[in-house]
Amino acid sequence: MIRYVIRRLLLAIPTLLAMLTMVFVLVRLVPGDAAVSMLGDQASEQALDALRARLGLDQPIHVQYLTFLGDMLRGDFGTSMSSGRSVLSEVWQVLPYTLELTAAAMVIGVLFGLPLGTFAALYRNRWPDYTTRLLSLTGLSFPGFVSGILMLLAFAVWLRWLPVMSSASSDPLTHMRNLALPALNLGLIMTAYITRVTRSSMLNVLGEDFIRTARAKGVRPGPLVMRHALRNALIPIVTVVGLYFGTLIGNSVLTEIVFTRPGLGKLILGALQSRDYTLLQGLMVIFAAFVILVNLLTDLIYAAVDPRVSYAK
Amino acid sequence: MTPVLDIKGLTTEFRVKNGWHAAVRGIDLSVNANETLAVVGESGSGKSVTALSTLRLLPQTGARISRGEVGFGGRDLTKLSEREMSRIRGNDIAMIFQEPMTSLNPTMTVGDQIAEGLLIHRGMSRTEAAKEARRLLDEVRVPDPARRVNDYPHQFSGGMRQRAMIAIALACRPKLLLADEPTTALDVTVQAQVLSLLDDLKRDRGMAIVFITHNLGVVAQIADRVAVMYAGEIVETATCDTLFADPVHPYTEALLKAMPRVDRKAESLEPIPGSVPSISARPAGCVYAPRCNYVQPSCAAHPSLVPVGGNHEARCPVRADKGEAA
Ligand SMILES: Nc1ncnc2c1ncn2[C@@H]1O[C@H](COP(=O)(O)OP(=O)(O)OP(=O)(O)O)[C@@H](O)[C@H]1O
Ligand SMILES: [Mg+2]
Repeated sequence: MIRYVIRRLLLAIPTLLAMLTMVFVLVRLVPGDAAVSMLGDQASEQALDALRARLGLDQPIHVQYLTFLGDMLRGDFGTSMSSGRSVLSEVWQVLPYTLELTAAAMVIGVLFGLPLGTFAALYRNRWPDYTTRLLSLTGLSFPGFVSGILMLLAFAVWLRWLPVMSSASSDPLTHMRNLALPALNLGLIMTAYITRVTRSSMLNVLGEDFIRTARAKGVRPGPLVMRHALRNALIPIVTVVGLYFGTLIGNSVLTEIVFTRPGLGKLILGALQSRDYTLLQGLMVIFAAFVILVNLLTDLIYAAVDPRVSYAK
Repeated sequence: MTPVLDIKGLTTEFRVKNGWHAAVRGIDLSVNANETLAVVGESGSGKSVTALSTLRLLPQTGARISRGEVGFGGRDLTKLSEREMSRIRGNDIAMIFQEPMTSLNPTMTVGDQIAEGLLIHRGMSRTEAAKEARRLLDEVRVPDPARRVNDYPHQFSGGMRQRAMIAIALACRPKLLLADEPTTALDVTVQAQVLSLLDDLKRDRGMAIVFITHNLGVVAQIADRVAVMYAGEIVETATCDTLFADPVHPYTEALLKAMPRVDRKAESLEPIPGSVPSISARPAGCVYAPRCNYVQPSCAAHPSLVPVGGNHEARCPVRADKGEAA
């Protein structure tokens, strides 16, 4: 297992480098002069030169690249052009909100998705299966911000159960009430997704020969699912859900904007509106690094679930 | 003596496209305690379906036992509820599956998989069951069982997995063992060891064994009686000696001619031309007629299994008459 972890960590290095290179190229591919678009076309030539020098844009491209890599790898993401504070502290300040939201959505998704998917698989092509499939398809085909707005209308405006704006609060109860709607919105999408993946994975596993072996031993339906089928079904579920994490973060950004909740979503929106290039660049790197980290975790969970992975040389 | 297993008129059908087609039809089989019945026949003749029907382990959709009864311990297994069946499975009747590579759970240690039946049916503690699992692995000749019980199936070779399957099946000392090609993945020496182990168990515990195989050489070594299957029907049954010495059905004869033997050169082997018809394309009369050398106009009518002397039965009026005339 230890060797597997080390090997997997080493494998993450080239991915990280490729990602950094892509961000570097992307930012430089933005049409027009970065300095001009930041200061506006009324700015004096002097001011523009000063900004270019400060951003290092007057250096040859390979020097820029190496400086960029060095900075990023040291964890120096530069300072935000609009607030003057370091990108990292901007991100640290709002990251807990986004993490809290995605984690809550993930918990909701797993808590409801696994049993629903299993249930659907066990009643394949009968009405519980059809109902579940219809619901999860609806959940998946609804854009996250549309369902968010509908929920706001229903629970906050119409029923008045929960707040419209989910701003920060130090009172735990208010805090939870603020979290409820955005988490539910994101959690339902996650539930729909996990239900679907679980159903198909479960169906595959239930058709396997070793399930028949277990039945031949006299294993009853309950233990058959819990002990034999679920663990094997989890293997593809973990992978697919891990891959979906990038999309989940994307959805959480939209959800945060709809619910005017502090978090990375609001930060990104702000950076886009104020053309804050350094902040955007830093955010891109941090986002991508986060996705790489989640994929790494996915592989490690995968190894814990499937003995064939960690034992392989 | 009442037989341990008494199958009468078993017909099992599968849904293919939109119709139901019989994979096995009107099967009559019985096995006594302390007896090994070999079931032989080409691929697709319905051997596995017969065994799976007995334990009611057919796929849950698209398969059904449409006729017949499976007598065991005074009850008809086809009439039992799933719950009652699960008390019998692994406990009174155990099965060794044909596919050793895929029949073990990849996320559970071999030891736990052997111990599981003991926990369910014998009410053993985990420690007792683990100890018994170790002993069983040793009994089926897996080397270094104390270490191997903690292995996962992927760490086992094909032959060792097959032995683990055998250990699972034997764990609760079943009265009846359905062994579906249990020795195909084993090399000759281990195969001989496993066969003699099964033979010992049969004698010591009075176990009844249904031994499914392609390999007539193995049949000669282990079987007391033989049932020859073709296209879902039993075409001949006899004691092992009678069948080898005096086959009546043309299919049995062809099988014996196609069997490699030490005292014959490979050139003298006569493979049977053609193949077993699929379940949706079975001929109306004698199912073997399209491949038979002795075919007569009367073969257009479906023949039944008739006694041809002693406990010997065959499903071929043409040759049965010849046998009596001679
Ligand atoms: N689930 C199924 N659905 C449809 N047809 C099936 C199914 N299982 C088996 N059959 C058909 O039933 C027939 C008998 O199959 P069976 O597996 O019993 O053969 P077998 O004698 O065990 O062959 P082998 O020696 O290859 O194991 C075959 O024609 C097969 O195609
Ligand atoms: Mg078979």
